[in-house]
Amino acid sequence: MNLTLKIWRQLNSKTPGKFVTYQVKDVTKDMSFLEMLDSLNEDLLDQKEPPVAFEHDCREGICGSCGFLINGVAHGGFRGTTVCQLSMRFFKEGDSLTLEPWRAKAFPLIRDLIVDRSAFDRIIQAGGFVSAPTGSAPDANAILIPKEAADTAFDAAACIGCGACVAACPNAAAMLFTSAKLTHLNSLPQGQPQRDQRTVGMVAAMNAELFGSCTNHGECEAVCPKEIPLEFIGKMNSDLIRAALRRRREPLVIPTVVQHTSQDAAPHPVREDQRLQDNGGGQPAKHEGAQPAERSSL
Amino acid sequence: MLDARIPAGPIEQDWDKCRFDMKLVNPANRRKYNIIVVGSGLAGAAAAATLGQQGYHVQCFSYHDTPRRAHSIAAQGGINAAKNYRNDGDSVFRLFYDTVKGGDFRSREGNVYRLAQISLNIIDQCVAQGVPFAREYGGLLDTRSFGGVQVQRTFYARGQTGQQLLLGAYQALEEQVAAGSVTMHIRSELLDVVIVDGRARGIVTRDLVTGRINCHAADVVVLATGGYSNVFYLSTNAMACNCTAIWRAHRRGALFANPCFTQIHPTCIPVSSEHQSKLTLMSESLRNDGRVWVPKKRDDTRHPNDIPENERDYYLERRYPSFGNLVPRDVASRNAKEVCDEGRGVGPNGQGVYLDFADAIHRLGLHTVREKYGNLFDIYERITGEDAYKVPMRIYPAPHYTMGGLWVDYHLMSNIPGLFVSGEANFSDHGANRLGASALMQGLADGYFVLPATVPDYLATTKSDPVDTSHPAFAEVQNDVVERIEKLLAIKGDRSPDSFHKELGKLMWDYCGMTRSEEGLRKALARIPELREEFWRNLRLVGGGEELNQSLEKANRVSDFIELAELMCIDALDRNESCGGHFRVESQTPDGEAKRDDANFSFSSAWEWKGLGQPPALHKEPLTFEYVHLAQRSYK
Repeated sequence: MNLTLKIWRQLNSKTPGKFVTYQVKDVTKDMSFLEMLDSLNEDLLDQKEPPVAFEHDCREGICGSCGFLINGVAHGGFRGTTVCQLSMRFFKEGDSLTLEPWRAKAFPLIRDLIVDRSAFDRIIQAGGFVSAPTGSAPDANAILIPKEAADTAFDAAACIGCGACVAACPNAAAMLFTSAKLTHLNSLPQGQPQRDQRTVGMVAAMNAELFGSCTNHGECEAVCPKEIPLEFIGKMNSDLIRAALRRRREPLVIPTVVQHTSQDAAPHPVREDQRLQDNGGGQPAKHEGAQPAERSSL
Repeated sequence: MLDARIPAGPIEQDWDKCRFDMKLVNPANRRKYNIIVVGSGLAGAAAAATLGQQGYHVQCFSYHDTPRRAHSIAAQGGINAAKNYRNDGDSVFRLFYDTVKGGDFRSREGNVYRLAQISLNIIDQCVAQGVPFAREYGGLLDTRSFGGVQVQRTFYARGQTGQQLLLGAYQALEEQVAAGSVTMHIRSELLDVVIVDGRARGIVTRDLVTGRINCHAADVVVLATGGYSNVFYLSTNAMACNCTAIWRAHRRGALFANPCFTQIHPTCIPVSSEHQSKLTLMSESLRNDGRVWVPKKRDDTRHPNDIPENERDYYLERRYPSFGNLVPRDVASRNAKEVCDEGRGVGPNGQGVYLDFADAIHRLGLHTVREKYGNLFDIYERITGEDAYKVPMRIYPAPHYTMGGLWVDYHLMSNIPGLFVSGEANFSDHGANRLGASALMQGLADGYFVLPATVPDYLATTKSDPVDTSHPAFAEVQNDVVERIEKLLAIKGDRSPDSFHKELGKLMWDYCGMTRSEEGLRKALARIPELREEFWRNLRLVGGGEELNQSLEKANRVSDFIELAELMCIDALDRNESCGGHFRVESQTPDGEAKRDDANFSFSSAWEWKGLGQPPALHKEPLTFEYVHLAQRSYK
């Protein structure tokens, strides 16, 4: 079959981009979508044109590298499917497809269909873990976990961190991503000691990264290749209220986090006005530069 | 020359004794040491996180946009541990025994015993991190069986065990990033290793976004950069998996051990088109409940459901009654090839066998089968458009794992002091064939427990001068890297990096794949240098080096694969015996099984680089078996 592709081309974040139209010929039904792009790229190389840059790796829907919008829908709109799992038998002769990168302020463009999703790592750094230094664990069967809790944790932990939820959200919110990790860890006995800290920390980091807020559109759930349900956002919100209301001996501490993208790159700026606003005293959280392990208080 | 540094004494006490004999670093001094970890998969992320927790300053490198993308994430089936929670006769010794036997007696006993011991701690560690392993209704951990063994020791998280274990390690790593003990360098690819006064002291990387070539100095360099199955072009590995890190270290003097030991996984979705870019694995766990068969008669084109029971050949159950469908991977793969070569293969091109779940669904119910394997059936349906609950799956072997890798001693240090190698990148634990669910075990054993003990010992016992990137050795290596990239960009020929990679892959699959012969290997050895010459004369790249340039990345990797392929064929030719995944047609038993030649080949081959186009030098590390008696493997 023959297709028309309109693809967003942009050399880097400093130069303007534009849509370029390509005709792709002799696409066969047994190709995957990315193999169709591979063949376009081989043709472009033949014509001494720069190939289309797109991210991909495992090509079986688990690594989370791939993802762009096809006709405005993240991952192309086939339920529970990443771009790399799309088969060309889902498309037909003469289809015209527009390919665009994820669009969100928190995901700056790198080239063509590639964006920078490292904001997700910084959300994890703010609490998406159980502190269990190697060697300190009790016997695995010493911790009994009801099957239902284990299954819920697993459903949430299935998130691949692709960013489709953000791209699909009219507010570019990262709440499905964040709530998935919170639901995973907060559902388990191992996750309880750090539950409040984790919830507050990750929500604060999410806000600091210029992601928007949920207004219940449900677009994220619809495009999520792992079908993470919207209800996890509700769980996150209830955990946040729980964290805010529970009596505690010491104020909750929100860690601020940084990540170097290369040796000499400046630490990621964390905008002061984007920090969690309600910090108990009505004052913006104290924030001086971005030092690892620096902490501001809630 | 090759001292494996295995402690003397009873094998049960080796690791304890080794740890006691090691020198320690005072907690206050740890932050003065800089450790580079290249790779953020299970072996890399676990090591970086743990060394960070201990107080060292760690720099971790990944060519991905985040450490969580590493290919460990795609492992499906499970992770072995000798917990004996099932009370079915398992023990550390049995896991050790199974692994040595499964590896067809070409691994080091000491390393394997340690792996079996540590397997217990790994499960504990992962559960403590919140890895959502499968549970029984009583809240205890569930386990299942895997190929090559008769106990149920495989822990799993649906069909996404690798993903969950990697996320556990990734989260521990990010916790250390937040704490400031680990600096993460994303989108940075290692292009060379820097050696100063005979010790590994740093690396040179390319920033994949800006194209900048950066130098990084350290006291220790750990390579946890995975395997090289992508030398075959089509494999189950992710697209970016490559041999560049270990190959460039090899060119700097690190010995490469058993390069021809590659694993062809029996249960993958068959190749369907010439455009195919990679192959998809269907977890080996499927062989627990699926039954493998082909029609009894040749060229039978009937629909599988129309072929009556008595006209089906369940060839694994027939030939191997005691292990049946759960024979080790090498045996299952070779048998599949054999029945297809006989003309009994199924599917459009006859390169496939059935994996049938009808009996399992009848016995366990659809719900249970869906719960155990649902995501695998979904993957299969998406790719083939067929519903495996109704029609048997079609599967065929595909390159999956490489047991070979850089030579390391018991401390996981290569022959270059200060250069440690862990996970699939080293050669240490799986001999000539890896058992299922053992890769995750080894990656995490190396990362969480072995390196965090052996790296500090190296630091504590080594007096070396402070070195930073202003040392002339860095400028020299950086220069080599820049020159190589400029050379690639300047060729301006006619062929894409992919076209070379495809041709190389086909050559390797035909002559150095599931079966190898002297004649075929000699053909490959004649052809590979020609291909290399053409690559450096006729490669086409577009764009420059100082930008994000995915074809340049690819070309760099392919150039190394071509060189590695030659060494693989040299090794396969030299090893004139069959063992595990290495099947030389000249060496088989009367009933067609792999026939080892222990009198002449009971050693690991460690190859030394002697320059491009020069024959490499072979160093032999003899293998002795004191605890597991050498025997012809039998799964009958």
